[in-house]
Amino acid sequence: MNAEMILQLLILVPVLCAICIVLLRRNPNVREAVTLVFGGVLFAMVVMLATRISWGDPPLVMLAEPFPGLSLALSPEPLGILFALIASFLWPITAIYAIGYMRGHGESNQTRFFACFALSIAATIGISMAANMLTLFVFYELLTLATFPLVTHAGTPDAKRAGRIYLGILMGTSVALMLLATIWTYQITGTLDFTRGGVFPEGTDKGVMSILLLLFIFGTGKAALMPFHRWLPAAMVAPTPVSALLHAVAVVKAGVFTVLKVAIYLFGIDSIADLQGAHFLSYAAAFTILVASIVAMGKDNLKARLAYSTISQLAYIVLGAMIGTSAGVIGGSMHIAMHAFGKITLFFCAGAILVATHRKNVSELDGIGKRMPLTMAAFTIGALSIIGLPPMGGTWSKWMLIQGTLDAGAWILMVVLMISSLLNIAYLLVIPMRAFFACEKSKEDPTKCIHPDARDHTEVAEVDEAPAACLIAIGVTAIGCIALFIFPDGLYQLAQEVAR
Amino acid sequence: MYNYWLAVFLMMAGFYVVIAQGNLVKKIIGLGMFQTSVFILYVSMGKVEGGSAPIVTEGVEVYSNPVPHVLMLTAIVVGVATTAVGLSLAVRINEAYGSVEEDDIQELDDELDKIQESGL
Amino acid sequence: MSFSDHFPVLVVLIPLLAAPLASLFTKGRAAWALALAATWASFLISCLLLKQVLTTGTVRYYMGGWKPPWGIEYRVDVLGGFVLLIVTAIAALVLTFGRRSIKSDLPEGRRSIFYAAFLLCFTGLAGMTITGDAFNVFVFLEISSLSSYALISMGRDRRALNAAFQYLIMGSIGATFILIGIGFLYMMTGTLNMDDLAQRLPAVSDTNTIRAGFAFLTVGFGLKLALFPLHLWLPNAYAYAPSAVSAFLAATATKVAIYSLLRFLLGIFGFGFALGAMPFDMILIGLGLAAILSASLVAVFQKNVKRMLAYSSVAQVGYIALGIGLASQTGLSAAVLHLFNHAMMKGALFMALGAIAFRIGSSRIENLAGLGKRMPFTMAAIAIAGLSLIGIPGTAGFVSKWFLVLGTLEQGLWPLAALILFGSFLALIYVGRILEAAYFGTPKDGIEAREAPIGMLIPIWILVIANIYFGLHTDFSYGLAERAVADLLPAARATVDAAEVMP
Repeated sequence: MNAEMILQLLILVPVLCAICIVLLRRNPNVREAVTLVFGGVLFAMVVMLATRISWGDPPLVMLAEPFPGLSLALSPEPLGILFALIASFLWPITAIYAIGYMRGHGESNQTRFFACFALSIAATIGISMAANMLTLFVFYELLTLATFPLVTHAGTPDAKRAGRIYLGILMGTSVALMLLATIWTYQITGTLDFTRGGVFPEGTDKGVMSILLLLFIFGTGKAALMPFHRWLPAAMVAPTPVSALLHAVAVVKAGVFTVLKVAIYLFGIDSIADLQGAHFLSYAAAFTILVASIVAMGKDNLKARLAYSTISQLAYIVLGAMIGTSAGVIGGSMHIAMHAFGKITLFFCAGAILVATHRKNVSELDGIGKRMPLTMAAFTIGALSIIGLPPMGGTWSKWMLIQGTLDAGAWILMVVLMISSLLNIAYLLVIPMRAFFACEKSKEDPTKCIHPDARDHTEVAEVDEAPAACLIAIGVTAIGCIALFIFPDGLYQLAQEVAR
Repeated sequence: MYNYWLAVFLMMAGFYVVIAQGNLVKKIIGLGMFQTSVFILYVSMGKVEGGSAPIVTEGVEVYSNPVPHVLMLTAIVVGVATTAVGLSLAVRINEAYGSVEEDDIQELDDELDKIQESGL
Repeated sequence: MSFSDHFPVLVVLIPLLAAPLASLFTKGRAAWALALAATWASFLISCLLLKQVLTTGTVRYYMGGWKPPWGIEYRVDVLGGFVLLIVTAIAALVLTFGRRSIKSDLPEGRRSIFYAAFLLCFTGLAGMTITGDAFNVFVFLEISSLSSYALISMGRDRRALNAAFQYLIMGSIGATFILIGIGFLYMMTGTLNMDDLAQRLPAVSDTNTIRAGFAFLTVGFGLKLALFPLHLWLPNAYAYAPSAVSAFLAATATKVAIYSLLRFLLGIFGFGFALGAMPFDMILIGLGLAAILSASLVAVFQKNVKRMLAYSSVAQVGYIALGIGLASQTGLSAAVLHLFNHAMMKGALFMALGAIAFRIGSSRIENLAGLGKRMPFTMAAIAIAGLSLIGIPGTAGFVSKWFLVLGTLEQGLWPLAALILFGSFLALIYVGRILEAAYFGTPKDGIEAREAPIGMLIPIWILVIANIYFGLHTDFSYGLAERAVADLLPAARATVDAAEVMP
């Protein structure tokens, strides 16, 4: 199969998966197997596509032509391949985790869950392969719609409220801001194709370009740039596998991916460096980084804390895109991968803790390292990756981002990045430290500790890990974090391609 | 010339009746006045100086323009039909509400609304 | 003369003759069958007619062989053929859908008369689109209006009577205004044929009579197409009429009125006068914007879903008015395109609501709770048509919005573009309310619901799939719209006036 054929079939694979899931809903085991098989197939196809592309002459697939001269088209480029690789790899992994979680937690409506999962992945692949802004916009909206049933899965009034905020902010920003910017760009330039160096002709008014940039970036609600970030913590009401894949990988990554694509391929890295709007946005991102980190420190609910951590980390990537240096762009691109693996590990662990011990808050997690050593070890790995310490992959992306700020001469931003790393330690590393080194308070007598090997205590904490499927998934992603540190080359090369 | 003033007067009078009167039948009457003014307008417009009625007669040279007359025949028919539909609606409203006063109908509808809001 | 030469008159004649025949039947089913046959026949003829127009140019037909400007001429050009296609298609689909809905809404004795009135309304609307004589427009307008008053009054709820009466009063005033306007035009030019008027008007257009005539005509048509603030009759009329009637009128009546307005504005008065010398373009933009924002806002708070969609229709008319007011090739094409797209959207929505009303007997939003599970296909149709209303990409509504925003940006009016998109956001809220109730609500006690009968689902889904199809392949719809507008706009004047129009 050559690259073009793979591209044509790529989106079809998860869509077919969704159809099969619905058809096979009577038999849960077969249904789950369907997801895993299709997930494996999709990942294999993306890898094949990645290896068969010649960057000088990428394949192009036209899907439809809704407007004269503007088509819905797919064409891979390095950043898109990067995104597609991550999404397609983490889909089956999350599916494995979800199987363990949903069954361990006794969740209902599992068919709808897995089917919408598959559709969301289809939309994500569409976003990653979009050849022009219109295609990206179409799949962006489809992603919002496909993930809506996942967010409101529980069906409780809280879930409905969260769904409303989710839809309201994401659709509101995309229709009011992003669509306006898209049509305006088309009106000025006559094209929406993603082109290296940007689409705006020389001499386009800088003021207009700045406004357009602001509209695009604030219009990308999925990037959770403040003040359009509220949907992320609201969406935490969803089951943890949803939070993990969608909000640590697919939805939010689609957001920052869009930001990077717009910056690199609609505006051009060099133009960005000149724009006042980009300047403003980099400070908006810095603001988001700090404020989100501070809020995270105050959150006791584990998932809420991780949500605000995500908001902060996403702003890193936005920052990287807006400072207008190739190092910043490379750092941002790599951070998509690093953050994906790190955050998904953290969310997996949070879910595992929930299923095994029904505990949601950080304050309840003292000493739990003795009960769930594997989970908490993975948590530590994930946390270190997010913080950016070796030997985790996050080191490289942080490094490139800081390099980028230095290249741009933005000292304040560099300081912000460093402070934020310290804050990350404060709100993330605390958790595994207390889990391993603090003692678990017994329920009857809060002053006494439970030890796993005590003979004179009535309560004995036994190793009571999460379901096996969950552990497998956690293990894979944690190893992924370490692997990305040791073997960052492939990733780095892709990212470099992007910034060339 | 004064025809046009008459037409305008009738138009405004009819319009006023339609808006100001609360009784449905009176509204229909007002509508009729309004439409009649337009008939006068058209027919006046068709008059040719020194012309007689547009019917072929021995010894008459100048005729008024027959086209507006024809158009107004159509419009009169339309007016009759409108009045008929309007009056039959008024009859049905009277059967359903017991009144043809707009205010009474409004009151009864508001009550119905309140019942629907609270009950169903 | 071959059979196909008579197409223009046949489109109108067939339903006109079928109407009294239908009223003679005692059984509703027979009347329905006749009406169905008549509308489908008209639809087929209109397809052939459009094909003819696209290949050979404007089709002209002289009634009784009398040549214009003495005789009455039927003239079908691209725009007319396009709108005729919409009207006949919707009529055919609504009738296919409507038999059981009408059976449940009306008692036995009235059904034949209903179909007769429906056919008359259809005759009137079809006639308005193809006539080439100004007074003929008035005649057909009144035919369609009178029968629609009767149709609306046949609704189940007694408030339908008052709604029909209010519509009668307002509609007759509007029609009389149009008559006055035509009278002034005739007074100054001596002709009623549209082409002839177009030729003779420029010479006299600087007189107060013509300006007054223009004002009367625009206000009259404005009333008929429910342009803000002349829309007050619409919400009640659409809410309380029988479901099939709401579906039919919502998708066609206002469209045909807009078509007539366009015909008068561009075909008779001419672009330079109508949208240049008279400040009508500014008025249209202002009123259109007011319609979009206020009607969408009011729609959010409605408890009756039909009323909500009726206000939504007022907002959509606002979009079209805005497009016309932009007075450019793109703006006008967007407006004509939206005629087509909105007919599909609202037709599908009202028919689906009709199916729901058929099953559960109510259109209040709280009674829709939990229908997502029990009437999945119907609610899915509402979901997709609702997404089209909001303007989600992949649907027809998105295409209209796109071109409309493009039109405003071409003239540098980006605050306007932002407000148009804000209107989409408001649409998101009220469509979201419907969908939330249907998919998340718990069903109310005492409300039984099964999926709608397949006879109803098929026409609904034809329109829904059309929505998606024309959202992705716009060659036909936008191509036609562009051609239609290009025929009416002298190209030189369009660019010059468009530049002059905005400060």
